[in-house]
Order: sequence, then C-alpha cells, then structure tokens
Amino acid sequence: MPKKTNLWFARDDRSPVKVEIAGLNKNYGSQAVLHDISLEIKPGEIFVIMGPSGSGKSVLLRQIAGLEIPSSGTVTINGLDPSLPDTRDRFALALVFQSGALFNSLSVYDNLALYPLEHRICPKNEIKERVMHALRILSIENAAQKLPSELSGGMKKRVAIARALVMEPQLILYDEPTSELDPVMSATIAEIIATLKEQFTVTTVVVSHDRDLALTIADRVAVLHQGKLLAVQPPADLRKNPDPIVNDFLNPQIDVRNPRFKQLEANHE
Amino acid sequence: MTRINELLEAFGSAIVLAYRAFLSLPSAPRILKRTSEQGYLAGYTTLPIVTILCFFIGAVLALQAGITLRDFGAKQLIGTLVGESLARELGPVMVAILLAGRVGSAVTAELASMKVSGEVDALVTMNIPPERLLVLPRLLAVILVMPVLTIIGNIIGWFGGAVVCAGVSTIGVDSAMYFQSLKQYLSIGDVMDGLIKAEIFGFVVMLIACSTGLRTRGGPREIGFAVTKSVVFSLIAILTLDYFITKALA
Repeated sequence: MPKKTNLWFARDDRSPVKVEIAGLNKNYGSQAVLHDISLEIKPGEIFVIMGPSGSGKSVLLRQIAGLEIPSSGTVTINGLDPSLPDTRDRFALALVFQSGALFNSLSVYDNLALYPLEHRICPKNEIKERVMHALRILSIENAAQKLPSELSGGMKKRVAIARALVMEPQLILYDEPTSELDPVMSATIAEIIATLKEQFTVTTVVVSHDRDLALTIADRVAVLHQGKLLAVQPPADLRKNPDPIVNDFLNPQIDVRNPRFKQLEANHE
Repeated sequence: MTRINELLEAFGSAIVLAYRAFLSLPSAPRILKRTSEQGYLAGYTTLPIVTILCFFIGAVLALQAGITLRDFGAKQLIGTLVGESLARELGPVMVAILLAGRVGSAVTAELASMKVSGEVDALVTMNIPPERLLVLPRLLAVILVMPVLTIIGNIIGWFGGAVVCAGVSTIGVDSAMYFQSLKQYLSIGDVMDGLIKAEIFGFVVMLIACSTGLRTRGGPREIGFAVTKSVVFSLIAILTLDYFITKALA
C-alpha cells in the first residue's frame, strides 16, 4: 500500500452515506437491461459490482448517480432520490467516469477547481491549496497546467479521481477505474481507491470486470449477469460460491477446444 | 407521427432549457467571464464575414434597385430602398443566418461533443447545472452581440449601396443624394424594428444550437447529425419567425 496521506480537508460533519436499491428495473424501449435489483450498500464500505461486458453494471452505476431514472423500483441515498438536485445539495456525490470525462477546454487545475469555485465552498487561495493537495496525493502535481488532451489514459484517470477528491465526497462511484490501464497502473489505482476509503471514510462503489481489483479491495462484491443479480458476498465467500456462472467469471479456464466459442456460434445460429 | 413527436419534444425541451437557464439569471455576475468569452466568439469572430456579406448585399440591392428605379425616373429613392431593406429585413436576417452557420454550428458541435464524452453528466453529478454554466452565458452573449452586429452590418450595407450608386455610371447617383434619400425616409423606428428582429433571431438560433447539442445521444456520428439539424432548424426558425415578427411590427 502507498504511504498514508493525511486528507486534511475531509470534513468531520460529512459522514458516509447509505445506498438502497429496491426492485430496480431499467428498460430501454423493449430491451430490459436491469431486472429486479435489490441491494443495500452500507456507509463507508467498498462495494464492487462485477460482471461481464454488457451485464448492466454501468447502467446500475448511473442509476445510483441519479443520471438515469429507473423504469420501476427505487434508488435512494440516505433515503433520498439521487436524481433530484436537492439531494445533490445535501450529499456530495462524485462519479469517476470510465473515460475520465474531464472538461477538455479547461486545464487540469481548472478541472479540479471548478466544483469548489462554482459552489463557493472556500476562498480562492484555499481552493488552490485544496486542488494542489489533491494533485499531490495522486502524484500528478506537475500536470496542473496541462490540458486533458496532453495526458495519458492513466493520468486522465488519476485527474478524474483527484477531481472527485476535491469535492470531499460522501459517496464515490468509480466506473471501470482500471480499464485500458497496464497492470502496474491498475494496481496503483486499486491502492488509491482503498487508501481513500480508509482515510476519507467514504462510501465507495466500484464497477469493474477486473477480478483482481474486486477481490482485493472490496468489502463486498455483487455479481451481475444479464441484468440480474447473482450474488452479493464478501470476496472470501464469493470465491466459494457454487453458482457456475459466478465460478466461471471468477476463475475462467481457457480451453483450447473452444467450448465458449462453440456455444456462441450455436447461439448465433 | 414519430417525426412530429420528435419535433414537439425538441421544441418543448428548448423551452424548458431556456426557462432553466433564465432561472440561473441571479448568478449572472459569476458567469461574466464566460459570457464575455462567448461574446467574443459570437461577435468578434463573426464580424469579418458580416461586413463582407452586408457590403455586397447593400451593393447588389443598389444595383438591382438602381436599374429598375432609373427606368421609372425615381433613382433618387435608391438610398431609401437600400436603407429600409437592410434595416428592417435583410440586415437582421443575414446576420442571424451567419450566426447560425458560423456560431450556432460550433456551439452545437461543442455541446454535443461534451454530452457524448460524459462532460455534461460530470457537471450534473457535481450539481453544477449545465444550463447555468453552458447555456446562460451563450444566450446572454448573443443578446448583447446581435444588435451590435446588426447595426454594423446595416452601416456597411448602406456604404456598399453608396459605392455602387457612385461607381456604376448607368445608375449615377452621387453619395450625397444617396445618403440624403436614406436619411429622409429611414426612421429610428425602422432601425429599432430590425434590432428587435435581430435579438429574437439571435436568441432562437442560440437556443436551438444549445438544445440540439445537449440532446445529442450516441457517438461522433451523431455530433455531425446534430450540427446539421441545428443549422437547418435555425434557418427554418429565422425565416418563419421573420414573417410573424414583420406582421406583428407592421
């Protein structure tokens, strides 16, 4: 684990939040993406949502972030609807997008300073201190004046995490934080997520299909398959889960006789 | 039926967008810098093309009117015709069309790209209303810039007419007579009517550009579609509104 960093700006009065999802369904037209999802994410835990590509993980994350409205069922943060601006006024919620979603016309510094400036959280000199501190935590202080287009994929991810940190969030949502990264950078990002949770006492939801990340940092892991929740368990219990789909996802065996490929072909025909 | 529904939905969401943007009006002092940046983009960068276009519109008007009026022995009225046409009609319409092509398309492309890449969603999760940060500065900028562009366009167009009148021997109206005729019949009311049109056109063009950009879904291909849609809707809106505003002001 990296050296512990004192996040001096973490507010004592901002306790981590609880996320509750009950009977959630999401359809796009006639296509059902999420089926009857019910789960509870406890305050301060790292909750990882795993599943193969197209299983509905990112859609579920967008529901938690309040960016999409459920077709039926409810998503609440401390009992409030996350899609309402009033809820976002009460709880600081940060979403680290898969692509970073940095504002391309702004420098890295301005990307980080946007939230405190817009919400007038503190004076400008304090904002500068806060931004530089977040950049230092992620070892990217030299990139402060660069534009997002000048950064590598890993740097963009770190800037996106730094931008989330400046918000002093009570809930951080990560969408595929290690996708498109090399194994070393993936490990670094995993360490950063774990460290921030430990020191920031923030509720953390990570969407990923990175098995190593999930089983290493998670307090609990949910496995989604074709929009359905197959399991919600701590990593140690999940390893013993008898469900063949869960087992196959966690321990995929490459068989040169191509049973999976043949199955795909059969389905296609 | 689907097309009509889409059109009504686009119209409704543009109205809602304008409403939400103006709800953020109390925070206007905080977006002064962004408003001035957008004013620079909408005004300063459009100015060269406005001057060139309006000069030649004035020149063509004078040429066409000059030949016809000469046959009726009324060439002393060329100044009035060019002045009135530009101030009441062609000035605001041409500036609005240029705004749609030059600025509206760029705004739609920028906002559509922000929407597709998740930047707009990032603003929403940060509880920063995109209407306040992205839409209001552009609407305010265009409201400030349109009258200035239109007045400059009118003046340049009037001079274009004067150059043709003096320079084309078959017309043979000197500048003094041209401007005398222009001043005699052109009232402040005519110019003000043109400015009212320009304000409405500018506002509508920018609203369509922002609304179309922020409604974009999908990938890079949809950004191109959004730009085309924005420019086409803007042109239709300008010419349709022009009729109704002219009727209302008549």
